[in-house]
Amino acid sequence: MKILVCISKTPDTTAKIAFTQNNTKFASDGVQWIINPYDEWYALVRAIELKEKDPSTAVHLITVGGADMEPIIRKALAIGGDEAIRVNAESHDPFYIASQIAAIARQGTYDLIFTGKETIDYNGSAIGGMVAELLDLPYISLATKFDLNGTTATVIRETEGGEETDEASLPLVVSCQKGVAEQRIPNMKGIMGARTKPLKVVEPAAAETLTSIVSFELPPAKAGVQLVAADNPAELIRLLHEEARVF
Amino acid sequence: MSVLIFIDHSEGQIKKASLEALSYGAAVAAQLGTTAEGIILGTVNTDLATLGKYGIKKIHQAADKALDALDAQVYAKLIADTATQSGATVLVFSNNFNGKAVAPRVAVRLKAGLVTGAVALPDTSNGFVVKKNVFSGKAFGHIGLTSPVKVISLNPNSYAIKEGEGAAEIVTLSVTPPAAKVKVTAATQATGEVPLTEAELVVSGGRGLKGPENWGMIEELAKVLGAATACSRPVADAHWRPHHEHVGQTGIAIAPNLYIAIGISGAIQHLAGVNRSKVIVVINKDPEAPFFKAADYGIVGDAFEVVPKMIEAVKKLKGIA
Ligand SMILES: Cc1cc2nc3c(=O)[nH]c(=O)nc-3n(C[C@H](O)[C@H](O)[C@H](O)COP(=O)(O)OP(=O)(O)OC[C@H]3O[C@@H](n4cnc5c(N)ncnc54)[C@H](O)[C@@H]3O)c2cc1C
Ligand SMILES: Nc1ncnc2c1ncn2[C@@H]1O[C@H](COP(=O)(O)O)[C@@H](O)[C@H]1O
Repeated sequence: MKILVCISKTPDTTAKIAFTQNNTKFASDGVQWIINPYDEWYALVRAIELKEKDPSTAVHLITVGGADMEPIIRKALAIGGDEAIRVNAESHDPFYIASQIAAIARQGTYDLIFTGKETIDYNGSAIGGMVAELLDLPYISLATKFDLNGTTATVIRETEGGEETDEASLPLVVSCQKGVAEQRIPNMKGIMGARTKPLKVVEPAAAETLTSIVSFELPPAKAGVQLVAADNPAELIRLLHEEARVF
Repeated sequence: MSVLIFIDHSEGQIKKASLEALSYGAAVAAQLGTTAEGIILGTVNTDLATLGKYGIKKIHQAADKALDALDAQVYAKLIADTATQSGATVLVFSNNFNGKAVAPRVAVRLKAGLVTGAVALPDTSNGFVVKKNVFSGKAFGHIGLTSPVKVISLNPNSYAIKEGEGAAEIVTLSVTPPAAKVKVTAATQATGEVPLTEAELVVSGGRGLKGPENWGMIEELAKVLGAATACSRPVADAHWRPHHEHVGQTGIAIAPNLYIAIGISGAIQHLAGVNRSKVIVVINKDPEAPFFKAADYGIVGDAFEVVPKMIEAVKKLKGIA
């Protein structure tokens, strides 16, 4: 079996969010980059677990990004996976990125493609569905549990205020979130091993870009908190009712 | 040219997020000088013609029970084919669970630019630019769409439902659904509770509550307010609360009218999921807790003393015995 795991990078979750060049560029100076948590903690780890159960499984990682993606993809390889592919292109258009992933997936004939739920910087939650459509495969989004029995996958996905159990045959695209696996910390052996794992760099396939970021904007600052005395919660409820009018 | 809005439903009910999408789609249509139409797959207990009051002229329906369960692939084909047949140039989804499954596929089928997480009407003064949530609620991005067809996925609780007058014409979808490849074998719905993503009021607890046995007062405050409950990540990680209640950068992002945070410190990753709430109330015994900086109202005090009094005050206000 062959699994393709989609890996992206995001600023560290504590990074200061600011913009430069007249609010058109993210101010990346001094920003620490990490593997997008959903890709690292859930998609990647679940793929590794499937390989641990069935050692004949091959786990390939793919990223669409520039050379600055290399330390991130190496870190992902240190957690697990056999080899990585980097498509040498930078874009924030989901259609363009998905087209690149689909092109690689077509060449590799994968049984399973895992993505994270969303990137925590651009919050698209779109790549998995787009890749599935480009490959004409079924797509199960926002999975909280993934099990495999032969070539049949049983997946639990989150719905509004509930969940749903789905069954589908491979090949399949699944976007992963909390519940699918538990975060793993790379160990020394993994880190050493990752240095020699193949990391292939390929040039992008021709694909259209359908969206572009025009500018960014920070939300307006809060006016400041209005404190109510601890012995008078009734006053807080009155303010919420009469001043804020939220109920 | 028209605007086509996807109407999502579960258990026979149209989701509130879809009423927001309908209102939004009608406003987009008005802005473009065209009409708004809806598409619904499966069956509901609502008289669909009444959806006209949200500004919808026509609703395409495939009243096939087999379509009550979502298969993203089947849905995408039906929606995209309908869009092409009806000449839709803008499609609107809610950026909820089903919307996230379907909108990206539809966008690919139509070679349409996609913006998910939209929070405002498009700016059409110079091109077509949609404001969306980025950096997990810490900023907004203005995204330009250059393709002839555009797909917008609207964040829940970002656009107010607007009701007017009117009835929609119901037309039966003339396309046959392909066979579903995903089989839904079970579905559970927490009954009687307000789903977190649709909730206007949310009461949330953190590690300051010490243990799951102390959640009774959180649930009661939520109940008297008609609110949903949420929690911080360590609370879900420790299994004090179910994981679907976990809000934040790595949980779900919400934007209710009121978010009451009790015994939560206000770490940056937590704020990322809740800072688009219209009003934030913080109850924390530590006056230095970072959450107070993001709050509109607060009480510096012990939750175990403050919350029971809040419950009493709400009961009194609402005349609940
Ligand atoms: C990559 C990453 C992603 C993360 N994602 C998330 C996320 O999505 N969501 C999330 O929530 N966290 C997330 N975190 C964790 C986050 O950094 C914090 O650790 C977490 O939010 C803290 O939870 P808490 O506020 O419940 O607990 P604590 O930080 O322990 O705070 C407890 C608070 O309760 C107060 N308190 C104690 N007793 C009382 C009392 N009797 N009455 C009133 N107040 C009291 C204390 O003063 C304190 O402020 C993430 C962390 C990382 C590194
Ligand atoms: N540039 C990229 N390269 C590889 N995978 C990506 C890239 N961007 C996003 N993904 C994958 O798609 C998922 C959803 O991303 P998004 O739709 O951008 O929120 C992520 O969690 C990743 O698994």
